[in-house]
Amino acid sequence: MYDVIIIGAGVTGAAIARELSRYKVDACVLEKDEDVCCGTSKANSAIIHAGFDAAHGTLMAKMNVAGNLMMDQLVKDLDIPFRKNGSLVVCLSEDDRPKLEELYERGIANGVKELKLLTKDEVLEMEPNLSESIVGALYAPTAGIICPFNFTVAMAENAYQNGIQFSFNTEVTDIIKFEEGYFVKTNQKEFRTRYIVNAAGVYADKIHNMVSNKKIKIVPRRGDYLILDKDVGSLVDKTIFTVPGKMGKGVLVSPTVHGNLIVGPTAIDIEDKEATSTTKEGLDDVIKKASMIVKDLPLRYVITSFAGLRAHEVGHEFIIGEAEDSKGFIDAAGIESPGLTSAPAIGVMVADVLKEKMGLALKENFIAHRKGILNPKELSLEEQKKLIREKPEYGTVICRCETVTEGEIIDAIHRPLGAKSLDGVKRRTRAGMGRCQSGFCSPKVMEILARELGASMLDITKSGGASTIVVKRTK
Amino acid sequence: METYEVIVIGGGPAGLAAAVSAREHGIDRVLILERDKELGGILNQCIHNGFGLQIFKEELTGPEYAKRFIDKVEELKIEYKLNTMVLNISEGKVVTAVNRDDGLFELQAKAVILAMGCRERSRGALNIPGYRPAGIFSAGTAQRLVNIENYMPGNEVVILGSGDIGLIMARRMTLEGAKVKVVAELLPYSGGLKRNIVQCLNDYDIPLKLSHTVVDIHGKERISGVTIARVDDKGKPIKSTEEYYSCDTLMLSVGLIPENELSREMGVDINPVTNGPRVNESLETSVEGVFACGNVLHVHDLVDYATLEAQNAGRNAAEYVNKYNDNSSKAVDGAEINIIAKNGIRYTVPEKININRMDESVIVRFRVTDIFKNAYVVVFLDGERIIRKKRLIMVPSEMEEIRLEKAKLAAHDQLRTVTIEVEKE
Repeated sequence: MYDVIIIGAGVTGAAIARELSRYKVDACVLEKDEDVCCGTSKANSAIIHAGFDAAHGTLMAKMNVAGNLMMDQLVKDLDIPFRKNGSLVVCLSEDDRPKLEELYERGIANGVKELKLLTKDEVLEMEPNLSESIVGALYAPTAGIICPFNFTVAMAENAYQNGIQFSFNTEVTDIIKFEEGYFVKTNQKEFRTRYIVNAAGVYADKIHNMVSNKKIKIVPRRGDYLILDKDVGSLVDKTIFTVPGKMGKGVLVSPTVHGNLIVGPTAIDIEDKEATSTTKEGLDDVIKKASMIVKDLPLRYVITSFAGLRAHEVGHEFIIGEAEDSKGFIDAAGIESPGLTSAPAIGVMVADVLKEKMGLALKENFIAHRKGILNPKELSLEEQKKLIREKPEYGTVICRCETVTEGEIIDAIHRPLGAKSLDGVKRRTRAGMGRCQSGFCSPKVMEILARELGASMLDITKSGGASTIVVKRTK
Repeated sequence: METYEVIVIGGGPAGLAAAVSAREHGIDRVLILERDKELGGILNQCIHNGFGLQIFKEELTGPEYAKRFIDKVEELKIEYKLNTMVLNISEGKVVTAVNRDDGLFELQAKAVILAMGCRERSRGALNIPGYRPAGIFSAGTAQRLVNIENYMPGNEVVILGSGDIGLIMARRMTLEGAKVKVVAELLPYSGGLKRNIVQCLNDYDIPLKLSHTVVDIHGKERISGVTIARVDDKGKPIKSTEEYYSCDTLMLSVGLIPENELSREMGVDINPVTNGPRVNESLETSVEGVFACGNVLHVHDLVDYATLEAQNAGRNAAEYVNKYNDNSSKAVDGAEINIIAKNGIRYTVPEKININRMDESVIVRFRVTDIFKNAYVVVFLDGERIIRKKRLIMVPSEMEEIRLEKAKLAAHDQLRTVTIEVEKE
């Protein structure tokens, strides 16, 4: 019998697991996919928001500002790629200027520091590639860009180091209350636990409604994105939003922390919680809107497109805390934007709830630091030479577009909660994420995976399940 | 720092021929740096025949063709390093590379020959909407899996794009027992060689649908099907022409992109049409002593032409080094004349000619923008037409060439530009 079962190994589940791992507790994270960071957390804008967007007084606003403030320390402790590049909300017509001022006021009320309203000239001096039709902007220096994959992986790894268990390919099918806690039925086996944390993303309503009579509804809100080549990654330096509308923050143009350019998203409410397919209309819409923000969007540099699903709760608010009618069932539901930013704060909040209820005591030997995958590119020439002498696998470049070595891939596979698939390797090391989109390196990464995991090439998948890559030997 | 006279980046067909040619023109210290585990480049996975008709007057397979040059490299004791990735080339021609035996190292070159080849355009670059399941391969990746790793990527195949690799893979997959259901091509004409359409599609009753594209990809884990639609003359899908094809594999053969990341970083001027370096008659780029040949310069249809070009680059690099060693002036008198591609010509290689430096004649290779039947290739020296050659048919997928004579160029007083264009009948 576990003390706590956390359902979902996205950024929210990982953050909760990490915070909970500070305490003496027997906990396990159940994840329906083969890896951490497989749902909403893997397909979003990868932005650490400043916190002026959510309405004052909401949990969203509070978690956003608190999460943002935690980021500097967290990325240092857990070795996560992050850059505080700042954001601009640009205003494209005089009519929208009051909205900009409203955002400014709201930001101040929410406790966002260093906000500043800029004139057109100031904006264009800061970002010369923006459209001439901009009339002004709200500048938030505290906003940043992050690697959402390694953000989630890092927190999960650290939680694991500190004793939290993880069970992958484990889909919760039913939850039944009993006197001391809950039976959690899954496609694998039945788990028993005293407490449950629901961090199931777009499925958080399904999980919640298995237990509670106060039903909630999460609507998957799809967003299509484009990623552009690093050659044009510095088109803008800051994250550029437009004045938000009813369906979200509108289309943004931003550098990624790894130097690409990201453009998107759309916002379409759908039914299917797995429907991450892009549409022509969606991609066209992204292009049209982004073209209003920047001059000459270099579309021939697009290297890939994808869609993500926001876990949009119909009341547009985070639902965090014990369900009213279900003792011991703690929700972390409706975590849509600014969910990535808020995750660390949500982690603390949920861990506090559990600490209070369960009377948890702190561990003496909590490990606060986690070291990421060694990236030889960040070493000096002399250090690189030494590394390759000691570990020659760092001398073999596997992914030529992103210069990822065999050493990094082997590390990604063998570290705690290591990669099991091409996508797992890709999200941890960037092998296959570059301009050729894994054309050259995928057969090599498959070979390394097969060798290191003692598996057959026939069993290697793109992302677990039935996503095998080759089907049989040739004749 | 160790010095070589000529460092060749890439040990594929272009790099091999360039290295051999540089050695044969008197250069002792030639080094080939190759990122893969063997020399030969992409030829190693091209196990079909049809190579060498121009150069050897016989039909060879890819590996056989490569072997002729690899044998020559061995025979001439040209040095090479395998599994070696070049990370950077400085403007001063210091080459930084890495491999597991030598670690990270730097070499000084007097001349550099760029022969890195090209990569395949990916699904992402095409913006095809839909899911992102397993089972989507660029044709070259599939070819590697089948011919080198000996694994089948799938059983039921749809191919988008009629580039040569896709056509070759249609036949290869069929011979391995897979069902190739259709080849869809966005353009109203094929992107591959005529002979490949006949030998790889027609002979196996594989339908080629021109003016068609993939408009949706289905399947969440492994691809389960694609939707194909007819497109209008602007390439936009036409509503209600959609057809569903179930498949477990989508192969893309939608174009090749020269891999010029190293070239760009060292400041080489790139032509946005070819995505390759701008070169003069000596195949020298905008950086002195840096030459380019093969698919890194512009995408070739036949390896034979890449070889011929590379031999030329190797010879010119040798000449450059010999002058460098003589310490004589590197500058040659006379201005460079621009070659302008116009009216039906997409690009030319080279783009500049120095009459004083050119051989008795120089071959200008080019591609046309559209299909032309019974048209003329015409060449103007400033306003004066000096060549008007009839071609029965010219298509964008087949490279064309025309020879310019030094005598004719030299005879033209104060020549400023050479213009090449297509003239319709």
